[in-house]
Amino acid sequence: MEKGAKQIENLIKSIKKKALPPLIPYITCWDPDLDTTSAILWELAEIEPACIELGFPFSDPVADGPTIQKAIVRALQHNPTFEEFFEFIEKLNSQNYPVPIVCMTYYNILYRFGLEKTVKYAIDSGLSGFIIPDLPIEEANPWLKVNKGKGLATIFLVAPTSSEERIKKIAKVCSGFLYYISLTGVTGVREKLPEDIIQRLILVKNFSPVPVGVGFGVSKKEHINMLSPYVDAIIIGSAIVKIIEEKGKNAPQEIKKFLNSLK
Amino acid sequence: MSLPNKKGYFGNFGGKFVPETLIPNLYELEKAYLQIKKDLKFWKEWKNILQEYAGRPTPLYYASNFSKYLGGHLKVYFKREDLLHTGAHKLNNTIGQVLLAKKMGKTRIIAETGAGQHGVATATACALLDMKCVIYMGAKDTERQALNVFRMKLLGAEVIPVYSGTQTLKDAINEALRDWVTNVKDTLYVIGSVVGPHPYPMIVRDFQSIIGLETKKQILQKEGKFPDIIIACVGGGSNAMGIFYPFVKYKEVKFIGVEAAGHGLDTDYHSATLCKGVPGVLHGMLTYLLQDKVGQIKGAHSIAPGLDYPGTGPEHSYYKEIKRAEYVAVTDEEALKAFKILSETEGIIPALESAHAAAYLIKIAKKIPKNTIVVINLSGRGDKDVMIVKDYFEKKS
Repeated sequence: MEKGAKQIENLIKSIKKKALPPLIPYITCWDPDLDTTSAILWELAEIEPACIELGFPFSDPVADGPTIQKAIVRALQHNPTFEEFFEFIEKLNSQNYPVPIVCMTYYNILYRFGLEKTVKYAIDSGLSGFIIPDLPIEEANPWLKVNKGKGLATIFLVAPTSSEERIKKIAKVCSGFLYYISLTGVTGVREKLPEDIIQRLILVKNFSPVPVGVGFGVSKKEHINMLSPYVDAIIIGSAIVKIIEEKGKNAPQEIKKFLNSLK
Repeated sequence: MSLPNKKGYFGNFGGKFVPETLIPNLYELEKAYLQIKKDLKFWKEWKNILQEYAGRPTPLYYASNFSKYLGGHLKVYFKREDLLHTGAHKLNNTIGQVLLAKKMGKTRIIAETGAGQHGVATATACALLDMKCVIYMGAKDTERQALNVFRMKLLGAEVIPVYSGTQTLKDAINEALRDWVTNVKDTLYVIGSVVGPHPYPMIVRDFQSIIGLETKKQILQKEGKFPDIIIACVGGGSNAMGIFYPFVKYKEVKFIGVEAAGHGLDTDYHSATLCKGVPGVLHGMLTYLLQDKVGQIKGAHSIAPGLDYPGTGPEHSYYKEIKRAEYVAVTDEEALKAFKILSETEGIIPALESAHAAAYLIKIAKKIPKNTIVVINLSGRGDKDVMIVKDYFEKKS
């Protein structure tokens, strides 16, 4: 099946039809090393996620809380290059990795690599798209231009502070899915989600032609039960990364257990 | 056309590369600023505080001894921002931004600080204007600048050490941004230099422009003409932009921005972003950065804590691109020499940052034609640096 935005959209829809909205797990590539990342990805494939967010580490991750910051520090110890990231994706795909992977990283990494080159390498490697948390739509034109007609998922974020007018504009340029940030803050596990989150999700879903995923703070079965009727996918990041921090090379099995417990 | 443009760009540099959550805040800030920009009452209030409370206008001092030291063929003036309350130019901006925050109905101020100068200036403005104040400071900097931490606390601010990344200024900015993403409604982030996402580089430049506006008036009174050369140090670049900007359309006035070459430009220990960096995106702006091949931001080094930053203001990147300003760098050693010379010849102990500007003039003085009028922005006083300098000389001897 062809990789890219359409595949993610179709997978989200088909999995959701069967049962609950699919999960979208996040991990940081090279945390704590590439072999473990690979092992985790193969375990993750078994829980039937709609796609996987694979972080490429950046030295100054302003949207991330302490847990993912620490993961990024661990990953950066390997001095990874963007070329190596694409080589890794290519290798996974040559082994018929079944789940679409999107790269989550900060804009400077793409800017430095070259936007056109990034798109070319992504397509050649079989990567499905990008999430760039510090690229708001105001600055996205060069990125959207090089992506035109290429089929990669361009996933943008909508925040609790985004006005209706902005939500409409953002939804228009999203493909794959739209990423709704559940709360005002950085990534990280939270006890509670904001009270008005359901109303916000209804609003966002109303404007979005693509599926809506919700993330930031989501980590518990009760969060998922509450959100499930109103979203198309649920993103879990810090709760998984925390397991990697604690279990290191033994994380893959534990992560699968944890995600199955959420289902 | 006046810059930045509507999207917040100075030529190819600037913009607002921040998480979506903050975008509405930036629009709110821009709107509020553009409103008060036309409000004469606001500027009167700001100017009145700077005059009655902080000691503006600062003198433009003819440094005859230093001029003589350089060979007697130049006329060197110092713009004495070191005499401003809290010891540096930083207060021009913090009084402005905290006043603006009050008008916007915000109740809480956050700021980053490297050496502590901007932190102290923000805490001072908050004490004066009765605002809650939280300062983020790299954990390493809190150790190196323990006295400034104490100062901020005396002024009623809460100081939060930042343990992430390199534990210095750039990480303090990251953490302040994270705080702002979390507390979007009641908080204003008061940025300390002409850096960050639009509209900050414009707002900070405008508040700091009082330095150049005064200089213009003062030099006309003293010399009947504009200076030939203006020299200022550049880290983030607020003191330089403050003195450059009012002269920008007068092409005959040459601008020189002096960066920190640290241990040398061919080492990894410097902060010479404009001399050695390449464009990239950090802290919400597209600008010159010190970064590796992958795009990871490098640590910066300078003996002057206020220059120790791997980025620089987007308007400086623009001035470099259009060649309106020349950007150069001097080493720690050269800056220390200037620090001593200014202390001995003029009885002025300059901030190590400002000593970089003087050091470059010392370096090139012989090549400058006779009767050239030079203004150095003496952006801060060196009280905060005497321990660093003492340690350095003791280690050497």
